[in-house]
Amino acid sequence: MENGDTKPRRAGGRLCCLCNNRRAALKRPKTLEQICRECFYEVFEEEIHQVIVDNQLFKPGERIGIGASGGKDSTVLAYVLSELNRRHNYGLDLFLLSVDEGITGYRDDSLETVKRNEVQYGLPLKIVSYKDLYGWTMDEIVKMIGLKNNCTFCGVFRRQALDRGAALLKVDKLVTGHNADDIAETVLLNILRGDVARYELLLEIEQMYCNYNRRRRANSEMQTFQNLNLICTYAYFKRLDYFSTECIYSPNAYRGFAREFIKDLERMRPRAILDIIKSGEDFRIATTTKMPEQGNCARCGYISSQKWCKACVLLEGLNRGLPKIGIGRSRGIDNDHQKEMKRSNGSKNIESKQCGTLDF
Amino acid sequence: MACNSSSGCQSGGCYKNEEDSLRDQTPTPTATGTGGGGGGGVCIKCKTNPPISTTSTSSSPLDADNSRFCFDCFRSNLYGKFRLAVTSHAMISPSDNVLLAVSGGPASRVTLQFVHEMQVRAQKNLDASREKALPVFGVGVAFVEESCVSSVSSDQVDRAVEEMRVITSNLSPPMKQFHVVPIQNVYASDPPEDAKDRFRKLLDAVTDATGKEDLLLHMRMLALQKVASENGYSRLVLGSCTSRIACHVIAATVKGQGYSLSADIQYVDSRWQVPVVLPLRDCTEQELNLLCRLDGLVLNGTLLSSWQGSLKTPQLCMNPTSGINGLVSSFVTLLKEENPSRECTIVRTAGKLTPFHFNRVPETNDCNGSSATLRRLKKYNLNTKESLSSELFCPICNSPLQSSDFLGSPKITKSVSFDAACCSSCRFQILPKDPSSLELFSLLLPQQVVGRAKNDSCGNLNLLRERIQDCLLSDSEDET
Repeated sequence: MENGDTKPRRAGGRLCCLCNNRRAALKRPKTLEQICRECFYEVFEEEIHQVIVDNQLFKPGERIGIGASGGKDSTVLAYVLSELNRRHNYGLDLFLLSVDEGITGYRDDSLETVKRNEVQYGLPLKIVSYKDLYGWTMDEIVKMIGLKNNCTFCGVFRRQALDRGAALLKVDKLVTGHNADDIAETVLLNILRGDVARYELLLEIEQMYCNYNRRRRANSEMQTFQNLNLICTYAYFKRLDYFSTECIYSPNAYRGFAREFIKDLERMRPRAILDIIKSGEDFRIATTTKMPEQGNCARCGYISSQKWCKACVLLEGLNRGLPKIGIGRSRGIDNDHQKEMKRSNGSKNIESKQCGTLDF
Repeated sequence: MACNSSSGCQSGGCYKNEEDSLRDQTPTPTATGTGGGGGGGVCIKCKTNPPISTTSTSSSPLDADNSRFCFDCFRSNLYGKFRLAVTSHAMISPSDNVLLAVSGGPASRVTLQFVHEMQVRAQKNLDASREKALPVFGVGVAFVEESCVSSVSSDQVDRAVEEMRVITSNLSPPMKQFHVVPIQNVYASDPPEDAKDRFRKLLDAVTDATGKEDLLLHMRMLALQKVASENGYSRLVLGSCTSRIACHVIAATVKGQGYSLSADIQYVDSRWQVPVVLPLRDCTEQELNLLCRLDGLVLNGTLLSSWQGSLKTPQLCMNPTSGINGLVSSFVTLLKEENPSRECTIVRTAGKLTPFHFNRVPETNDCNGSSATLRRLKKYNLNTKESLSSELFCPICNSPLQSSDFLGSPKITKSVSFDAACCSSCRFQILPKDPSSLELFSLLLPQQVVGRAKNDSCGNLNLLRERIQDCLLSDSEDET
């Protein structure tokens, strides 16, 4: 396709409606334009650039950590960010930051990808593992508590692990590759389980994006919406080759329903995903909803709204063989099971932190 | 109760037997107190009568919770929820004249029954009291007839209307007026045939299946409002149950109506000329179905045959599973199967969103009941502090607009742009895209809708803008 004005456009399908030159390769869900691959790259990268510039996400000379899981989202993010950094002279120092949850058959494979990315993009990589930070791998945790509630542990630990990794790398900001589907799913799930008014959505996103910045809360709150935009822009494109390697430990039934539902919705009305996010932003949440006060964990010093941070509470439960501590309301668990757990974990006790002597 | 069980509806026949057998059992209070052994035990509340689960064989697993009650406890429990909703939100006061919107489905049927019982009780009190201080509230019933846009034959519709009329007239004394409201009544002045034609054209102009459904819904409300205000009703009672509201919560979220969502799901919605109340907000669909079945409440057979068991109101005209709404309701059904209380959780979650200032019964001037009402409202923490409500409404769906919605549109003058006055959701799913057909579309809309848009864009909007300009950059012709 060297010569621009070829008449027989019918022959090879429609032409890209941006450059009117090459054959269209895909249809953008947002605008339903048919565009070619090259234009798609350009538009995609340009939109991310616009979001970054418009919202002044970065300042020159900053150190930026990219939360990298090896999945498509974070891979694209790492690629685009390093590309844009070069092209537009952001003057950023970029780092890859990965969390190794210790899930055999899932995370070890994806970490290989991140290691390849490290070489490909020339970005230094730091891996923080649950084993190092907490003394437990997810495999071990699941062996202990089963497949119920394990995602609570993983989620809490990962949030803190990312923070700690960020601190180790001395980065100023952390970016993650959450896409619109993820956020839409979060909005829906929050409705399904009753969380809207707890500022959960905003907090969650804020934490994901500005984890490191959260120490200066005023700052990070300003960024919440910008980040939403960032994701929105991403979302359309991420979903081009949608495949998801499910974590082998996440059998959450209604999360699966929600995901399936969102996919059906998208098929019916592509903009529904954005609409869900818009709804999530627009919910009339009482301004008086109390924001948790920020303090530090009495155990590990990590920021926390409570006396102990959630990770420490969960960890204490694990180490004492009472893994139900910190998870919702306690239901009658069979004592035998519990005792056995206690016995089998006696040896593993208190190897993570020096504060295992604290009693409840 | 169940004073109408002998109405001649063919669909009720199959339930009669169950009801009769139940009636046979209830008067024999087996082994008061200690009858815990036999069969499925006793009702978990009164501990005397056998629970529903033993008397009714065909209850689905979803009814598991309810069927642990005996029929009387179950019924009074449900009625209690209804009554609590009505009294704690001051939905119906003695001087009111309420109009019930009925569709023929279980929810509206139960609403009719409950409102009727409440009215009978009020009548009894009136007859008993000496000074006749409190009048009995009046009740009317309205059925929106949509034959002009439905595929159902007109004699079938006529039969359905007739059934509804019979059901209504079979209720005992305080007389209830029955209104049949053709949907094309939204056009005030047109002759009937023209109105039908115009309404059909209006719906046809909407390409999006979901948009069409929603537009019909808005028009239905418009028609109900019209008949209510013309006949001097002071409340419009809808039978929206928890399941229905849960679906609306998800659907509104999906359509990007997060801001206005909290307006639609409250017990009271007085942004309309005749305030709308939802007394069944706390009752789930299963409960209502179960009650209809056990109580022998006759449902409208003709309508039910075209009803498909969806959560939406019976729609004669289109397949409810075609659009987003259908997808949402099957999603909620799926969730419900996984966890029966999920829809309550959804409604409760959405209930935490801040309501609007109009989500309460408007102030009345009779000082008689107001102090009690006030106390009640305070008790339920309903003194809504309106926080930054814009007072501007989308002319089509009447949902409150967010400030960003209209501040984004550059032209606020009274120029033609009808779409600028609409909410983004309606703009996307209802309004045609290109200007010429948009022009045509706005001509097809009822005068009331267009008027609403004009009002908004010239009056309210300018007013608001002035206020904003006053605060922000007082550079124009301001003086104070």
